[in-house]
Amino acid sequence: MDKSNVKGFLEFVYDFYRSMKAHEITLVYEGEITHQITKAFTSLTESNMAKESEANAVQKKVFHVMVECLQNISKHADSFGSDDFLFAGRGIFMVSKGKNDYHVTTGNVIENDKIVELTEMLNHINSLDREGLKTLYKSQMKEGRLSEKGGAGLGFIDIARKTGNKLEFHFLPIDESSSFFLLTSSVSRNL
Amino acid sequence: MEVIKIKGTDDTPTIILDKDSGIFEISGRSLPEDVTTFYEPVLNWLDDYQEEANDQTVFSFKLVYFNTASSKLILDILMKLEEMHENGKSVLIKWFFPEDDEDMEEAGEEYADIVDVPFEQVSYTL
Repeated sequence: MDKSNVKGFLEFVYDFYRSMKAHEITLVYEGEITHQITKAFTSLTESNMAKESEANAVQKKVFHVMVECLQNISKHADSFGSDDFLFAGRGIFMVSKGKNDYHVTTGNVIENDKIVELTEMLNHINSLDREGLKTLYKSQMKEGRLSEKGGAGLGFIDIARKTGNKLEFHFLPIDESSSFFLLTSSVSRNL
Repeated sequence: MEVIKIKGTDDTPTIILDKDSGIFEISGRSLPEDVTTFYEPVLNWLDDYQEEANDQTVFSFKLVYFNTASSKLILDILMKLEEMHENGKSVLIKWFFPEDDEDMEEAGEEYADIVDVPFEQVSYTL
């Protein structure tokens, strides 16, 4: 890097640091989400929460949400594109801690033809109350739609149930065949 | 019958299935990397056990955490026990939950709703 590039890079790092602080981001990761990564992030966040004497119930809920979000990416992030542009099991993962809530955000590339199905599923989950979610969870578990990847289709329902909050989601178009799928789950710190 | 003894880790539960001592227990945390492979020996063991089950089987779940992928496999285990119950064996499920853990308590209630087998909720203090 020549001198101006170094300066640009340093500024970028500092800006990045400041925007992480501004958004109260305590953990951010981009890349492949493996089981090892899932274990490392959950135990890191757990020990941070324990240090900060977060309520037990809050710790458990954040743990639940993190596991389900990370597993969604590792099992469902699409594997398409050429070999040097592989999205399989990759994505961005973020945890932020605000005054009143923890937010867990995931982002990953998905194929456009899955948007309709995913939107319907998430809207349906968001339309249900506590009892409705419970019924849906039970029926999905009984039907046992455990895909070959081991996803029970239960993750989203579980997140909605454990947090008691709506799932926030957006699709940002990338090109004609793919989009970036963003999902944010919030856990209230005042349970 | 062979005894299954699996020592728990931070992502897999402790499992003891011992016909002679009458101990049937799954405890700890369950979020294995591959749930199907992890629970396969347990389900196979229960298939064999069903053929020569004890007069009474008390099966304990003492989990502190399980992910949604595991929840389906737990149901599979419960359904095997339900089958034994239907075949006239005496079966009792004991679902332990930490007294302040409403989610784990509710999970037990839900399973009790789904399967038709004697089911007892037991709270404990950590």
